[in-house]
Amino acid sequence: MDTAPPPTHHDLGGNPKYRCTAVEPENPALNDFDKRVDALRVVLREKGLITTDEQRLKIESLPPEEYFGLSYYEKWLKAMAAVLVSRGIVSWEDVS
Amino acid sequence: MSPQFAAGARVQVKNNRPETVMRLHLRTPHYVRGRQGIVLRALGRFPNPEDLAFNRPAPEKMLYHVLFEQQPVWNEGEAGDTLLVELFEHWLEPVEG
Amino acid sequence: MAAREPSAAHVVLLEKLIGALTSKGILTEAEIAAKKSATEKASPETGARMVARAWTNPEFRARLLADGTAAAEEFGISLAGNPPLGVLEDTPALHHLVVCTLCSCYPRVVLGFPPHWYKSTAYRARAVRDPRGVLAEWGTMVPAGTQIRVVDSTADYRWMVLPVRPEGTEGWSEDQLATLLGAEELVGVALPKVAKAQAA
Repeated sequence: MDTAPPPTHHDLGGNPKYRCTAVEPENPALNDFDKRVDALRVVLREKGLITTDEQRLKIESLPPEEYFGLSYYEKWLKAMAAVLVSRGIVSWEDVS
Repeated sequence: MSPQFAAGARVQVKNNRPETVMRLHLRTPHYVRGRQGIVLRALGRFPNPEDLAFNRPAPEKMLYHVLFEQQPVWNEGEAGDTLLVELFEHWLEPVEG
Repeated sequence: MAAREPSAAHVVLLEKLIGALTSKGILTEAEIAAKKSATEKASPETGARMVARAWTNPEFRARLLADGTAAAEEFGISLAGNPPLGVLEDTPALHHLVVCTLCSCYPRVVLGFPPHWYKSTAYRARAVRDPRGVLAEWGTMVPAGTQIRVVDSTADYRWMVLPVRPEGTEGWSEDQLATLLGAEELVGVALPKVAKAQAA
């Protein structure tokens, strides 16, 4: 598929840039920030205030340097805040 | 509503790349676009994530498990190795013959 | 190796967000703490026990493969409000490997938090294209003649592997069998090995 446009940066399946990148088998434990972000996410989801789908869209919308540079839970947090602002549940002033 | 595609049906994934024109939330990975696969089974109807992501009404669509051979997708890989991907009905077209 | 600490800006963002939500009466700190506590309890032990039972009980095995969500209920685990669970049956001729190339979808209710490596760019990029190379990172080689099927979790299901029961486990109890199974075996980057449980 030589003429196909490059995929969006989050659509990573088979991306040749990483074909020689090691998958490191370590699994460090989540820190307190991580767990708090995760818990907040679930509470908001269970209250019907965010959906996983909205959150994914916001993460995919991060510029590549943030998508690949921020930690997993930093991205979840930014995405959650963005969804809540999009929905008018909090304002951008509330989180600045 | 019953599934459009039966188990064993040969399908082609639409070759569209609408995400190059506008920001969308798609769950059809680029590597299966335009590829042919076999339906393993229908997985049930689920609200369309493409709509849920924008917090708008999301009609339910039938989801399928579709099997692809590795080699045609990547031009590499072990013969017999496969990919199994969840794909929504509106991304699939029947293949004749 | 410790998880990377957040930047100061993100710590501030989290506290401002929670502050705004609590002051608007939308949620409480107690709810967050309770959810944190509850989520910490989920672990791969649940998936391991389910597989161990499937290895020893053919009727349960059939139920697990037909409906993973209902099978989890038998272990007192409710998936209500969570995505359905699908279970992928390995055979001597077929080995499954689970990935989410688009994000990090993972059967959290039965396996706990997704491992760091599962969420990594390298895993998400390579698993669908070079599954044998990815397995080699864990020193895993499937037997000659075994095909690999990579399962990309692109939509509503969450997937767990039901590996082939290893040789040398005849007469083992469910508890003993469960010790052979961790996240690696239930995602498919490793095969359950008897040597792992020599201390048992």
